[in-house]
Amino acid sequence: MEPNLASYLALSGILFSIGCVGVIFKRNAIGMFMCIELMLNSVNLTFVAFSRYYGDTTGQLFVFMVMAVAACEAAVGLGIIIAFFRNKVSVDVDDASLMKN
Amino acid sequence: MLSSALFFLFAGFAIVCAISMVYHRNPLYSAISLVGVFISLACIYLSLAAPFMAVVQILVYAGAIMVLVVFVIMLLNLDDDAAPNRLGYLYALGGGLGVVLLAQTLFVFYSVSRTPTHDIDPSLTPGATISIGQAMYTQYLLPVEIVGVMLMMAIIGSVILARRLDPKRLELVVEDELERRHEKEAMEEPRISF
Repeated sequence: MEPNLASYLALSGILFSIGCVGVIFKRNAIGMFMCIELMLNSVNLTFVAFSRYYGDTTGQLFVFMVMAVAACEAAVGLGIIIAFFRNKVSVDVDDASLMKN
Repeated sequence: MLSSALFFLFAGFAIVCAISMVYHRNPLYSAISLVGVFISLACIYLSLAAPFMAVVQILVYAGAIMVLVVFVIMLLNLDDDAAPNRLGYLYALGGGLGVVLLAQTLFVFYSVSRTPTHDIDPSLTPGATISIGQAMYTQYLLPVEIVGVMLMMAIIGSVILARRLDPKRLELVVEDELERRHEKEAMEEPRISF
C-alpha cells in the first residue's frame, strides 16, 4: 500500500493524541512543554502533507511560521520555568498554586 | 514499494518515540525520545519532497530548541518526576480525551481514504527551496517581518525573565563565593609552602 494523504493525516492525528494525553498526564513543566512541541510538530506534518498533495507553497510557509512561534515559545517558556524554579525549587506544576483560594 | 516501507518505518519510529516520551518520568529520557520524533518527522518531510522543511526541522527543533530544553534540565538538575498522586479525574479526563482524539483520527482516515485519491501534479514543486523563498519574499513578506519582530520580543522577554531580579541576593551569592574561595586558598597555602 502506497502512503497517501490519509496515512499522513492518520500519523499526524496519532502524534497529536499522544501529545495531548501527555500534557494532562505529565506533572513537571518541562514535560508538558515537550508534549506541546510534539503537538505543534504533528500539525506541521499535516501542513506539509496538504502542501504536497495540493501543490501549494502556503502550507510550507505556515510550517515556517509555526517553527518561529515554537522557538519564541521555547525561549520565553524556559525563562518562565527557570524563574519559577528559583522561587519554588521545583518544576512541578502542582506547586504553582499561589492564586488558588 | 520502497517509499511505503520507509514511511511505515519512520511513522512507527515516531509513534514509539512519542509514547516513550510520555511514558518516561526522567525528563532527560523524554527529551531524547522527542529528538527521535523530530528526526523521523524530518525523514517523512523528505519523502514528501520538502527538503527545506526537513533541514529546518533538524536545525531548529532537534538543534536549537532541544539543546535549550536539555540545557535547562541539566541546569536545574531535575530528578525523576514524582510518583503520580494526582486526582483520579485528571487521568480519566486524559484517557477519555486520548480515546476521543484517536477515534476522530480513525474517522478522518476512513473518510479521506474513501474519497478518490488526489494525484500529485509533478510540475508543481511546493517544497522546493526556490518556491518557498519566492513566496516568502513576495506574497508573504509582511508575515515574515512580523515573525522577525516576534523573535526580537522573545529574546528581550527571555532575558528579562531569566535574570536575577533581586540585586541583594546576587551580592550575597557573590560574597559567599568569594568567602569560599578565600577559605580554599587559606587551606591550600600551607601545602604550597611545604
